[in-house]
Amino acid sequence: MTEKNPLIELKDICKEFVTDEVVTKVLHHLNCSIYKGEFVAIMGPSGSGKSTLMHILSFLDRPSCGQYFFEGEDTSDFDDNRLAALRNKKIGFVFQSFNLLPRTTVLDNVILPLEYNGAKDKKAAALKALQGVGLEHRLDHFSNQLSGGEKQRVAIARALVNEPEVIFADEPTGNLDSKSGQQVMEILRDLNDQGKTIILVTHEQYTAAVAKRIIKVRDGEIFSDEEVKERVNVKDGLIK
Amino acid sequence: MTLLANLKFSFKNLRANKKRSFLTILGIVIGVAAVIIIMAVGAGAQSLIFNQISAQGSNLIGILPGYSDENGPPASVMGVVVTTLKEDDAEALRQIKEITAVASYSRGVDTAQWQNQKIDATFVGTVPDYTIVEDVKIASGSFFDESENKAMARVAVLGYQAAEDLFGRQDPIGEIIKIKGVNFRVIGVVEKRGVVAFQNQDELIFIPLQTVQKLLLGVNYVSMIRAKVINDAEVPDAVAQIRQILRERHDISRPEEEDFSARASAQALDAMKQITDALTFFLAGIAAISLIVGGIGIMNIMLVAVNERTREIGLRKAVGATEKNIQQQFLVDAIVVTLSGGLIGIVLGFIVSALVAIVANYLGYDWDFVITIPSIILGASISCLVGIVFGWYPARQASRLEPVEALRHE
Repeated sequence: MTEKNPLIELKDICKEFVTDEVVTKVLHHLNCSIYKGEFVAIMGPSGSGKSTLMHILSFLDRPSCGQYFFEGEDTSDFDDNRLAALRNKKIGFVFQSFNLLPRTTVLDNVILPLEYNGAKDKKAAALKALQGVGLEHRLDHFSNQLSGGEKQRVAIARALVNEPEVIFADEPTGNLDSKSGQQVMEILRDLNDQGKTIILVTHEQYTAAVAKRIIKVRDGEIFSDEEVKERVNVKDGLIK
Repeated sequence: MTLLANLKFSFKNLRANKKRSFLTILGIVIGVAAVIIIMAVGAGAQSLIFNQISAQGSNLIGILPGYSDENGPPASVMGVVVTTLKEDDAEALRQIKEITAVASYSRGVDTAQWQNQKIDATFVGTVPDYTIVEDVKIASGSFFDESENKAMARVAVLGYQAAEDLFGRQDPIGEIIKIKGVNFRVIGVVEKRGVVAFQNQDELIFIPLQTVQKLLLGVNYVSMIRAKVINDAEVPDAVAQIRQILRERHDISRPEEEDFSARASAQALDAMKQITDALTFFLAGIAAISLIVGGIGIMNIMLVAVNERTREIGLRKAVGATEKNIQQQFLVDAIVVTLSGGLIGIVLGFIVSALVAIVANYLGYDWDFVITIPSIILGASISCLVGIVFGWYPARQASRLEPVEALRHE
């Protein structure tokens, strides 16, 4: 794998937050590379900076210093338009709290990213994505009429609809019961098997064990970065 | 996104958030409707006042005893008795060729009685030409003629209301009524005329001038003379001639020593117009205040709505919306909301103003239903402007946040 160029390469990335003139350093000069087709779990206690790292990786936030190469391009000085295009085409994001538009149909929720890139056959693309998560029968339901597991599957369909390079999932099972969580992890694993790069933030050991590689973050630094030796089946991993 | 896609999106949004849309639209509806209603009711009230004055006709010249200048009415209007005008003066004015008819008035108030029925009535001593000067039509019987006036005949012509109050449904013609102990034979009833110049014309009782002066009041002066001119255009010329003749008759050499005042009713209209113009300014002030209040309401609702949608902005950015996309969407949203609110407001303002006019007319007021284009433009444009600015500006600020900050927004 190391022969290929990395999909994602962080060089000396740091992040500071300034509140009332008090500077809080959240990330300290991180370096890390992620390759196409990987399934990475980022772990760490709360306050470790794992979420901040995730937000920077997925272009929802900008680093305070350092360089972020995506597909070999330095994105540090990208303007709003180029960042928006990256978020739209190259990545899909799955939130812990779903973030679906309320009182809007499942179909319209999944179409949302397509509204911003002038795609031609939006409905067909949305249908395909919904078939991928087994929700093609729920098209005209409103998002608030769905169960938590269904909501998260709609969110995954939304993340998939533009056929991105990477799927980011921020504690995707955090708000779900174990059965729904299991389904979601199965979908992510299947996507990875089909070649999609998956980056997952979690604090659950058994969820992380579905991944191929675990990066542990502590106090804003990468504490350990290792391959998963015994990759568990989703079903085994989620029995609580 | 294209404009069409944006519009479709906005309508979806409006429908998806019915409560918020309703509140926002309501704010604008109230703002727009309030301005239109206030302006329409103001214009209606103005028309009421105006119609009262102009019902007398613009080709009348009123001659009152006592001097007056441009600044105010003569003292006689205030209740001071001035005795400088005589019936002979009226007689002399008839020689002016521009004048078709001249009527003099001498009035008093007393109880009128028929059998056991008594009413408080204003009796007006006048001459037969009164019917021409004031455009009066007779409902039944007839008005008195010149010979009856000369002979001090004890006859009376009743106003419509006076006849009804005294006689109910009975025919009053030929009946005898008593005023100040003098018996009068009723010879006619005047058609219904309503309120003109704030005097209910239907409560009056008309008696020959000579009879009133000699038998009822014991005076030799008149309280007012009115002259009717054929053409509106000849009014100023007629006024000049009247002053000339009266000065000669009263041995007055200088205009400022005149012991009478002659004015065209059009002049009174001008004076009235100043009053109603002041009313208009007053109403415009109220409309401006209601616009400000409405605008603040719209502003608040828009700010709350955008605040509520900050997470949505974050999500949209996270899935690939640019700052420009967000700004466009909120601009179109604000325009759709304010325009629909504005249209509903215009319709509502229309309906309420029309209802006010209908009710006022039903109650007997001569009230015009006036909706002015400026009131619609003013109300709609200011409300929409406020709605758009406060719908779009905060959204623009929110669109500049990093997506994660907007998503974190509570």
